[in-house]
Amino acid sequence: MDVPVIELTDVRKSFGPVDVLKGVNLQAFAGKVTALVGDNGAGKSTLVKGLAGVQPFDAGEIKFNNEVVSLTTPREAAAHGIEVVYQDLALCENLDIVQNMFLGREEVTAGTLNEGIMEREASETLQSLSVRTVSSVRQKVSSLSGGQRQTVAIARSVLKNAKVVILDEPTAALGVAQTEQVLSLVRRLADSGVAVILISHNLVDVFKVADFVSVLYLGHMVASLDVKDTNNDDVVGYITGSKTYEGKNA
Amino acid sequence: MTSTPATPPPTIGSGHEGNLGDQFRAYFRNLRSGEMGALPALAGFVILVILFSVLSSSFFSPLNFANLLTQAATLMMLAMALVFVILLGEIDLSAGVTSGVTASIVVVLIHNAGVNWIVALVIALVVGAAIGTFIGFFVAKVGIPSFVVTLGLFLGFQGLQLIIIGSGGAYRVETPELVAIMNSNLPIWLGWALFVLAMVIATAIAFFDRNRRTRAGVPNRPLSLLALRLGAIAAAGALFIALMSLDRAASRGSLNGVPIAHDAIEGVPIVVPIAVGILWIGTFILDRTRYGRHLYAVGGNPEAARRAGIKIGAVRIIAFITCSSLAMVSGVFDASRIGVVTAASGGQIVLSGVAAAVVGGVSLFGGRGRLIHAAIGALVIAVIANGLGLLGLPAGANFLVTGGVLILAATIDAVSRKRAGGSLLRT
Ligand SMILES: Nc1ncnc2c1ncn2[C@@H]1O[C@H](COP(=O)(O)OP(=O)(O)OP(=O)(O)O)[C@@H](O)[C@H]1O
Ligand SMILES: [Mg+2]
Repeated sequence: MDVPVIELTDVRKSFGPVDVLKGVNLQAFAGKVTALVGDNGAGKSTLVKGLAGVQPFDAGEIKFNNEVVSLTTPREAAAHGIEVVYQDLALCENLDIVQNMFLGREEVTAGTLNEGIMEREASETLQSLSVRTVSSVRQKVSSLSGGQRQTVAIARSVLKNAKVVILDEPTAALGVAQTEQVLSLVRRLADSGVAVILISHNLVDVFKVADFVSVLYLGHMVASLDVKDTNNDDVVGYITGSKTYEGKNA
Repeated sequence: MTSTPATPPPTIGSGHEGNLGDQFRAYFRNLRSGEMGALPALAGFVILVILFSVLSSSFFSPLNFANLLTQAATLMMLAMALVFVILLGEIDLSAGVTSGVTASIVVVLIHNAGVNWIVALVIALVVGAAIGTFIGFFVAKVGIPSFVVTLGLFLGFQGLQLIIIGSGGAYRVETPELVAIMNSNLPIWLGWALFVLAMVIATAIAFFDRNRRTRAGVPNRPLSLLALRLGAIAAAGALFIALMSLDRAASRGSLNGVPIAHDAIEGVPIVVPIAVGILWIGTFILDRTRYGRHLYAVGGNPEAARRAGIKIGAVRIIAFITCSSLAMVSGVFDASRIGVVTAASGGQIVLSGVAAAVVGGVSLFGGRGRLIHAAIGALVIAVIANGLGLLGLPAGANFLVTGGVLILAATIDAVSRKRAGGSLLRT
């Protein structure tokens, strides 16, 4: 196996007396979808927020392309090409698609916003992801459906040459058709060379798009598996803690 | 991206495509979706003007229009100041007393310390900015709701103003330059010259934008739309300046067919270019700069803005500084018009300022609204006071009608949005 794009070793995080991450290891590879599963409160979102620099880890080593890096602010994470699509999406409903995709990294020439360039890059990115559900990049996000919003959030994450895209339950609130669309978008994302980390409670989705699956149980990474070598029942066992893992890390 | 889709995806539009007809259709579609902006307020203003013109013979005259503008200018400036914090979903209840305190500082410095009026204005502006920094610090860094911080200042500054002015005291505004803001007019030629300059700048900016879009390879709206828009602004501006160029004192009457001798009152009131200039610069910042974009983002979803790497604390502090600084300008306008500054100056105006913003279509929840909305809202409130005053109705009627208009405006906004939400669910 080649070098992981991102590699976490013995990462820890506590909130006061509550230890949420108790020494977690995780790897993600370019062009692959790594699913991160675990029960409610296992610490998945906490892990993601650490990777995004929003809520830095207390301890542990983060390697990016085999080099140790620090991720303590959203800017540092963005500089390494780490992008996150959050569980609660975090889009500004009062702004349009272009404005949301470029939020915090607007193109400026002559001291003023260069709307033309942003508009073009936004629609190019949406087209490269084969998005068909959006008719105008100047639509307000408040007028979009859940699936369209998810699409915008994902497109935002790949806009600036992302190396690692982390998706926190991207299909949780979606219907059947929109889930299908978002999953194929996730697959295309990985096929284009991005390392994708996908958090999901839906194991059917996981087995459909993921290459690897890592299971978090009460703050411990209890299993890291190749989806080809495992099955639904095993993963459920790891998630609920009724099965313990003996093999080596994938 | 290297993925190659099986079939090329359809191109995604931006709303700039199509001819004039498409543009108008898109505009009306947008209106129907609940994005009415200042349109209800503008319609209300026109209706009120027609109503008062019918009811009162002295309403529709250049003299009264000039009066109306100077009456509205103070409120307009305060409402525009408030927009910056209301866009964040915050409030500044102390904006009115800030205008009073800073105006007091100006007159006291000039009177008691013999300070040059320009220096006095600069010092007052710095004090205004310092007040904004103070509020912003407590809101953004300490985490106290702006309602509470500014309520505290609202109470405290009434005392501060009493101390600056002295109890029962009043200072006359005697500096000619300050009196002139509200009471003198531009020479007619200068009014026209500034108007032409403004149109040239607006046209230049429009073509700069078109050029930049063309270079980026995205479509522009049809040139005819730009011509129409600039033409409408030019026509309205020219009509206004022509009206203001008439001798407003001539309407004072004649004796046995011979006009009474008088000094001509003509030209655009000096306050107009100041207010329009601030409106224009503020709108430019909100629409075209990174800061403006971030202000709307923080107002729309602060958590999303933070995750996008925006320093939301700084955005908030700067908004409060802007608000308090513009409140100082409003205070100077008020002092110039009334001619005196007392310990009570600015004490009552802040809620009218909030009302003006809301009537104009600015959302108190944040993220939605423009400076021009607040300006139009202020005009609506000023025209109510002006018209009812001419009709000789008691002051109580003014408050009743203004309150009713505020609730009506909020209702129109809520209903149009609810309807739009319903239609969204249907599609
Ligand atoms: N800011 C915080 N302060 C205190 N405790 C927190 C904080 N954030 C998370 N936690 C706790 O950490 C634990 C893990 O939370 P986390 O959100 O990471 O779970 P999750 O795996 O994403 O769950 P879900 O599947 O429900 O999204 C929970 O017990 C939660 O209560
Ligand atoms: Mg979670």
